[in-house]
Amino acid sequence: MNLPADAVTALDTFQAAAGWEQRARLLMQWGDRLPALSDVDKVEANRVHGCESQVWLVGELHDGHWQFRANSDARLIRGLVALLLARVNGLSAADLQQVNLPDWFNQLGLGRQLSPSRSNGLNAVLQRMNELAG
Amino acid sequence: MMILSPWRADFPAIAALQRQDQTYLDNAATTQKPQALLDALAHYYANGAANVHRAQHLPGAHATQAFEDSRRKAAQWLNAGDSGQIIFTHGATSALNLLAYGLEHLFQPGDEIVISALEHHANLLPWQQLAQRRDLKLLILPLDADGVIDLEAANRLIGPRTRLLAVSQLSNVIGAWQPLPALLAMAQAHQALTVIDGAQGVVHGRHDVQALGCDFYVFSSHKLYGPDGLGVLFGRNQALQQLRPWQFGGEMVLDANYHDARFRPAPLGFEAGTPPVSSVIGLGATLDYLSTLDQDAVNAHEAALHDYLLKGLEARNGIRLLGRPQVALASFTVEGVHNSDLAHLLTEQRIAVRAGHHCAMPLLKSFELAGAIRVSLALYNDSEDVERFFEALDQALEMLR
Repeated sequence: MNLPADAVTALDTFQAAAGWEQRARLLMQWGDRLPALSDVDKVEANRVHGCESQVWLVGELHDGHWQFRANSDARLIRGLVALLLARVNGLSAADLQQVNLPDWFNQLGLGRQLSPSRSNGLNAVLQRMNELAG
Repeated sequence: MMILSPWRADFPAIAALQRQDQTYLDNAATTQKPQALLDALAHYYANGAANVHRAQHLPGAHATQAFEDSRRKAAQWLNAGDSGQIIFTHGATSALNLLAYGLEHLFQPGDEIVISALEHHANLLPWQQLAQRRDLKLLILPLDADGVIDLEAANRLIGPRTRLLAVSQLSNVIGAWQPLPALLAMAQAHQALTVIDGAQGVVHGRHDVQALGCDFYVFSSHKLYGPDGLGVLFGRNQALQQLRPWQFGGEMVLDANYHDARFRPAPLGFEAGTPPVSSVIGLGATLDYLSTLDQDAVNAHEAALHDYLLKGLEARNGIRLLGRPQVALASFTVEGVHNSDLAHLLTEQRIAVRAGHHCAMPLLKSFELAGAIRVSLALYNDSEDVERFFEALDQALEMLR
């Protein structure tokens, strides 16, 4: 399965990052580039629970391909969500079910963000995405 | 200015954490353990574990002896004297649940339970649920701007329908001592039972349950440098008469038939099942160790370190403290910075502090906050730990602003 173009960029950038500080700065840059959500999307039904910050996730199938929109009021989780969308947007329903998302974050050097004691909410976002993708 | 802890080397985990470059400042959640405790646990398991209060054999006698010695030491630590009993539970939360179930029979619909706005969930939810079961009113004492229970409001709210007052001695979010003597006097004027959640308070300074005059005092071993899985409940003799068993089984039984049973009085009647024997023995060793320390020196060290922490926080722009912390800890937010972002960057820099609601969601909501960062100190921390936290904080804020 080929990586989406955004995912290739993310992988190249994060794998070249040296140390936590550069990774954190990159995360914030990716988060800043995430398009804002409209107020219509920022409703309770789209809220991901289990995060310290407010995170919203909306997913729609267009011609059999997933398009997710998401955002957060916290910058680093916004960056993590942006990296998630870079990996999954445009995938077919079948392809999305094949993607190993924890492995994706491991490849980016961000695997620790998924440890069970982290309450940043990335785990909750992944779970919500699974529910949406059925 | 250097503030050094002469007790740091007594806690081997601090050196281990330091080798991993971790600075541990989450002591209000749990504490590291003294070598004396590790030795006691190793000794117990290496020399013959046994159940307590049931076996006639020698290992059983040794374990029971050590177990009961710990009970005596816990009573001494609180200066309980002959005024009451020490009951071991599986945690402070467990002790508070024991009270909420074991005292339930005393309540009639419409009776009032009074707690405060700053209670940890452990001292809120058992009473909230009891109120729902028995159709009681749960009244919440408000706080003043410093995070101290407002005594004027308390005087209005504690009244003839008050059957029980349950309040924290020291807030786990605000770090402010609560005015217990005044509150207890108000409750006692109406013959209400009094429960003190000492989970944070017991760790700082020495407290005397006879002088306090409360009916029940609860604390958790693991926050007081002891093993986990163990709570301590002091109950005054008179109050214990009213407490009914909550959990059943094991050696809490006096006589059992298929269709009825009789139970032991306190303390054993409230210690159903096999108790956490090793943890009780370990707590005894911790209390022995703590008893050897110069308490005035510990208090002075903790005060100096706390002052250092507060001054450093106040010196930085945009930091908002929750209430006015007096001891042990400080919770704060930073203007324009998300709590979750700050927590992320402090974690990356290997600073172990707590972010979130600190098991006191209603309190955080009353500050209109989803969370805060809490730095909490122990007797083994030194100014270098706090300094490392400040460096990481400055670095994080530089990146986030």
